[in-house]
Amino acid sequence: MAIQSIGEYPNIMKDSLDKFHGNQLVYIYWYGHRVVCSPRAFPFPPDMLFGALISDIIPLTYKIEPDFADLDFDKTEVIWEIDGKVVNPDFSKSLKENGVGHKSFITFTTPSLTGRVGA
Amino acid sequence: MSANQRKKRLNKKESYKYMTRLGWDPTYQKEEDVFPYLEMEGIKIHDWEDWEDPFRMTMDSYWKLQAEKDKKLYSIIDAFAQNNGQKNISDGRYVNALKLFITGITPLEYKVVQGFSHAARAFKGEGASIACQMQAIDELRHFQTQVHTMSHYNKYFDGFHDYSTAHDRVWYLSVPKSFGDDASTAGPFEYLTAISFSFEFVLTSLLFVPFMSGAAYNGDMATVTFGFSAQSDEARHMTLGLSAIKFMLEQDAGNVPIVQKWMDKWLWRGYRLLGLVSMMMDYMLPNSPTSWGESVELYIEQNCMALYKDLEKYGIKVPQEFIDTIVAEKGHLSHQVWNIFYNHTNASAFHTWMPDETKMNWLSEKYPDTFDKYYRPMFERYIELEKKGERFYSEVLPLVCQTCQIPLGFTDIEGGHPEVYTHETSEYKGQKFHTCSKGCKHIFEEQPEKYIQAWLPPHQIFQGNCGGATIPEVLKWYKLEDGVDNMDYVGSPDETMWNKLKNK
Repeated sequence: MAIQSIGEYPNIMKDSLDKFHGNQLVYIYWYGHRVVCSPRAFPFPPDMLFGALISDIIPLTYKIEPDFADLDFDKTEVIWEIDGKVVNPDFSKSLKENGVGHKSFITFTTPSLTGRVGA
Repeated sequence: MSANQRKKRLNKKESYKYMTRLGWDPTYQKEEDVFPYLEMEGIKIHDWEDWEDPFRMTMDSYWKLQAEKDKKLYSIIDAFAQNNGQKNISDGRYVNALKLFITGITPLEYKVVQGFSHAARAFKGEGASIACQMQAIDELRHFQTQVHTMSHYNKYFDGFHDYSTAHDRVWYLSVPKSFGDDASTAGPFEYLTAISFSFEFVLTSLLFVPFMSGAAYNGDMATVTFGFSAQSDEARHMTLGLSAIKFMLEQDAGNVPIVQKWMDKWLWRGYRLLGLVSMMMDYMLPNSPTSWGESVELYIEQNCMALYKDLEKYGIKVPQEFIDTIVAEKGHLSHQVWNIFYNHTNASAFHTWMPDETKMNWLSEKYPDTFDKYYRPMFERYIELEKKGERFYSEVLPLVCQTCQIPLGFTDIEGGHPEVYTHETSEYKGQKFHTCSKGCKHIFEEQPEKYIQAWLPPHQIFQGNCGGATIPEVLKWYKLEDGVDNMDYVGSPDETMWNKLKNK
């Protein structure tokens, strides 16, 4: 069922990269954690260091999760995925250099921290 | 024989004939120019005369009937106002369900006026055209009576002041708005399937029955009266919806697969929209007559399935995959949606709160397999944080579904992972699109040209189109007052007003 139209159908790409003032959309999800009620959306510069996710973004986003107190990126095993592919990110390199593109979905899984919800 | 002898009155059939002469055969214009939408969707109609409006209502009888209903409605609203009816509701929290209704559903009623007016103009048959025109007028009346019924609460509680701006701008209201926009920008036949059939026939009971009985259970006689007044219209709309769908199916065997696709699409879109109703039923009503789970059993597992069975003879199949997901999610949906709103109450046009112990116990009783295991511990922790003065509000924005526009807050129940959010990705013209479910992914991929235009609130905020980058700036653009219309019920001006009304 292609689109039905009485004339030429306009092609309006509402969220293309050029509309975000130099930023790109990035989505982040701590696998299995649901106190934060859904994956989160951000506008990040492609040159932002991947490490900034760990130092700034994940704490701001996930501090409410009971597991957060035990999350230590130096010690906790973390499996990173970008757009469904397991990767070993270089935290000192940019999002772009790590293969994070516009509307990329970053998942991090912590096998020892699976998502407590209670106290 | 007197020269002034009165003419014989027309009988009903003749009267209908003369009062409904809207159809015509063009003579000096081409038919496809006068009715440009008739063939666009691939639906073949061989004989428009086969569809007679089952009610054959004419304007004179319509005005008479509706005027009587309105007279009753407005006298009860007057009595409600004069007797300070707002004091008799069960709890100040109840009013938040009305705020959700007037910002989410009432403007959608108005959108439906436009949709049916367009369908009335687009159809060639008189029966179809008149039926659509009558329904457009009904919907306009529903819009008006809802506004008048709820305006009484506007005198005492926050959040009712600019419902139409809220509908167009506030993030979660893009869910009903996109539903209405999607339907009314489809062709007239799909529109009829979306609204007359899927929404009115299959899903309206899930909206209006719980809403109106909820109003009755919580002492809101103004809204109950509106519900009674609308109910006879709704019954007519349901009958029209079924007759419309049967008409399309009977006209040509080639119509069946097209109609099936629309039925599947709009069942899923309607179900996702009603996620808002699930939390209203289970959390926003202080006294809940029925749980969401029980309603799914009655209206989806029984009524909806029976309806599909009736249509089997035309070759219509049950969209089993969607039904299975709806049934699997029934013990989780309302808790997940309430959690979304609890996370984001700092940017909402109503208040949320954590259920008290009585309500938690009711939820445990209604959801013995899910509530205590998956949701009570989370909610008790929120309560602990509230006690410490650290009520949780999300500081960052959610990823929302490209199709239904709800945050991706639904988990993989069918796959045995109730702790993991479901997430689907599609590619179109080199760009990724994220959806919340197989249903929404499927809808996106059927018509990507349409859904790439979706006005997704978090993305619009990031693009700089919503007043600014901070929550207070966005709230100002929403025309909401920070600290008044949003945030927890506890500590809100609404709570203060309620306590004053009850001399607490």
